[in-house]
Amino acid sequence: MPSRSIRLNGTTVQADYESAGSGSSQSSEQLLDWLRNRQSQRGPRFGCGLAQCGACTVLLDGAVTRSCVRQMHTVADGAEIRTLDGLADGRRQHPLQRAFVELQAAQCGFCVNGMVMGSLGWLEGRIAAGNTAVPTEQETKDFLSGAAPDNTRNYLCRCGTHTRIVAAVRAAAKEMTG
Amino acid sequence: MTTVAKPSRRQFLAGAGVLAVAFTVGNGVAHAGTPDGIVRIDDSAGEPDQSWLVLTEDAITVYSGKVELGTGIQTSLTQIVVEELRLRVADVRYVQGDTLLSVSQGGTTGSKSIQNGGVQLRQAAATAFAELRRRAAAALRVDARELHAADGVFRARGRSVGYGRLLRTGSSVLPLDTAAPVLAPRDYRVVGTSQPRVDLPGKLDATFAFLHDIAPPGTLHGRVIRPPGRNAHSPVIGDLDRAQAVDGFVTLVRHDRFIGVVAATEWAAARAASPSTGITVTWSDGPAMIPQAELPTALRDPENQYATVVEIDDGVDPLFAAAGTVLTAQYFTPFHMHATMGASTAVADVRSQPDPDTGIQATVWSGTQNVTALRGALAGLLGLQPTAVRVIYEEASGCYGHDGVDDCAADAALLSQAAGAPVRVQWTRQDEHGWEPYGGAQAHDMKGALGTHGITAWSHLNYAPTANSRPSAGNPGTLLAGALTGLLPDPLPASSVDTSGRNAPLTYAIPQRVEARLIKSFETIGPASPAPAAPLTYRIPRTTALRSLGGFSNSFANESFFDELAHAGGHDPLRLRIDSLPDPRAVDVCRALLPAWNRRPKGGDGVGAGVAFHQYEVVNAYVATYVEVHVDAATGAVRVDRVVVAHDCGLVINPDGLRNQIEGNVVQGISRTLKEEVHYTGDAVTSLVWQSATPGAAYDVIRFNEVPSIETILLDRPDQPAWGAGEPTIGTIGGAVANAVFAATGVRVRTLPITPDKLQGGTA
Repeated sequence: MPSRSIRLNGTTVQADYESAGSGSSQSSEQLLDWLRNRQSQRGPRFGCGLAQCGACTVLLDGAVTRSCVRQMHTVADGAEIRTLDGLADGRRQHPLQRAFVELQAAQCGFCVNGMVMGSLGWLEGRIAAGNTAVPTEQETKDFLSGAAPDNTRNYLCRCGTHTRIVAAVRAAAKEMTG
Repeated sequence: MTTVAKPSRRQFLAGAGVLAVAFTVGNGVAHAGTPDGIVRIDDSAGEPDQSWLVLTEDAITVYSGKVELGTGIQTSLTQIVVEELRLRVADVRYVQGDTLLSVSQGGTTGSKSIQNGGVQLRQAAATAFAELRRRAAAALRVDARELHAADGVFRARGRSVGYGRLLRTGSSVLPLDTAAPVLAPRDYRVVGTSQPRVDLPGKLDATFAFLHDIAPPGTLHGRVIRPPGRNAHSPVIGDLDRAQAVDGFVTLVRHDRFIGVVAATEWAAARAASPSTGITVTWSDGPAMIPQAELPTALRDPENQYATVVEIDDGVDPLFAAAGTVLTAQYFTPFHMHATMGASTAVADVRSQPDPDTGIQATVWSGTQNVTALRGALAGLLGLQPTAVRVIYEEASGCYGHDGVDDCAADAALLSQAAGAPVRVQWTRQDEHGWEPYGGAQAHDMKGALGTHGITAWSHLNYAPTANSRPSAGNPGTLLAGALTGLLPDPLPASSVDTSGRNAPLTYAIPQRVEARLIKSFETIGPASPAPAAPLTYRIPRTTALRSLGGFSNSFANESFFDELAHAGGHDPLRLRIDSLPDPRAVDVCRALLPAWNRRPKGGDGVGAGVAFHQYEVVNAYVATYVEVHVDAATGAVRVDRVVVAHDCGLVINPDGLRNQIEGNVVQGISRTLKEEVHYTGDAVTSLVWQSATPGAAYDVIRFNEVPSIETILLDRPDQPAWGAGEPTIGTIGGAVANAVFAATGVRVRTLPITPDKLQGGTA
């Protein structure tokens, strides 16, 4: 069985993955299942398996990635993956985590992995590009709706915690850019 | 993933001392001094719905059938316990929804956890406090009336004793003392304050284990291959050899129309179940359901009805006959999904022999709202006694009612029984959207009479599909897997009162007639029979309890039609509501909207405001909602810009938690009003995925940039009982939005969802 060596939340891990076929007909198990079932990650969650809802979001080499449709054979050896499980710096939570708790920006909390990890990649990307402005409410809403120039992926929340999530992302952005 | 501890015997707590209070009639017996030193409570002679509050030196534990469904109920219940025990801060452990360790208080449904569970729990805590006080008085040799308790310590005459010491020895099992004094609301220090959710930190750092994270050692993975339509039959399986060649394939399971595969991994199961890489199944077409486009007509067709229920008849016919102006209108709302974020998941471990210690042969982990009912239904499905089945609740994603979780548990149970190993089943999104039981489509015939001062008579004829197909303990046919194995569901209910008829009656002081025609979900054994005919043949998709049940559709019709009458009579819609409401608390929530209403946009130019009111279930929380919309003149697209909700659910336990619930109701309500509709063709549901960038027959829900600002006005009533808030608000949203759309455009939309095509070019 083929395997992958991945830099997961700063630690190198290695595990097999299931695969069938070869060349252009190759298919393999999803990154989401590999992370959850072989690396015990709880942050990325199965919501749809269709890249439509965002619950499975991770950062793959810094890029916001829907792990439910990403097959393992397309993930390069040595790739760097960040998940919600490794977001806190030791016992100190990331500004996004703190803001979501402080503003009580969840009900069931199943989807928030997507908003946290997606916003993390988005905000870090803005900052890296030299844009340290706190995104406006509309920019944040558009990002989370997949209606931003730099993101066409929608995030879904069914409990209706949207206004708090937008506020939490902006509060964290203020801290991250400050 | 986490592993799960081996089930233990019915043991509550280890330790030398224990104080246990039974919520209902306490027949329990404490067994202390057992050889292993463990205190046990035997409540086998107790009530079937017993729950317990247990205090030891180390912990406060609630054993309860009420479960956390992602609404923050644990936080609010903890506030109640902490308050009555005079503890400012304390953790309360919950052992919830486990048929071995706790018992059901009924289900966790209908926005009732605070209302029912909270009241019982407060009295249990008060009972425990009274016992602690009695012990403290004895320990300090003072009269109990001299004692002052705060933060876990009793004090009197300069002496003190902590709760821990009082709990170190002695076992008491107490019945609920309904006379135990409870704190006066003016003395509350914890209740009424915004306490942060106890579960959120773990959900934000991924240490919280959802149901989806449960996997006992050796767990296999299962997939169920569904029929192409509700009524498809006679499956023929092909290409089994291809499935068998998939690495990790374990077994194929077939019982009539229930077909599943079990494999070592999720990916292997998916490949074995896929028609491109695994088995193929060909089906014979069954009868089509009532065409979706014909539902408004078909629900009104007596051929599709099995019963008529007159809920209220105030003798309105003479009032209509005498009225100068009589209006009629027809409303319709489509099938809606719960559409939970995490596809339904379950793990089942069904053994060939019962555990010699516990007698448990099947253990099932589920996000069910009712562990006891699911246990009974699963027992029948597996051919076991209910006592041999243990159902353990684990938190899944928010459900908003009876969604796919119970059915998924049955899938896992059947597959585990066949495989002889624990099996985890995680539905696909297409399974969830296509096979969860839905909230029913409803049609409404409204009739109202106008007099000089307002509405003088009212009639509401409600065409109501059954609103509940929850698992019933005696019938495995109530589970999807049971039905696919050839069993029949329960007969359709004899009444829709307070289910799909919920909030059909008005609470305005208007003589009214409320009648329901009950719709056949499936073919029955006779024209007026509620009993399913074999083979099971659906006329409409299977329907059940979805957030507020009929409250959403009925209040949409009522509050829209009230507006129609107000406008026809030249009345201000909000003031006519205020003038028509006899209950001062109802008037107060409506009056709370006046500041917004008095500054509302003038309307008619694409921008408008509307209001709606209802009292949830006619006797619970009062909600009045103000909505502003903007309707794009060119496209007809509706955008909700502002929502103000005035809410009275009695005593407010946790203001921020309450606001969060109200906001969630608003957002989901707007989504259901503007976007949501289950689509089907023939007997097959076609809205199988979320809406994506490409519009089509998907299940479209609201996006972040479509959510308005939401203001909540909480009318706290510390002297009144606390009512639930998980459902009341959603029922006001449809009417308030439709009324705002009318104000903005002059177009009255009577059929949900209010999609752009209904408003294109439609300004009056």
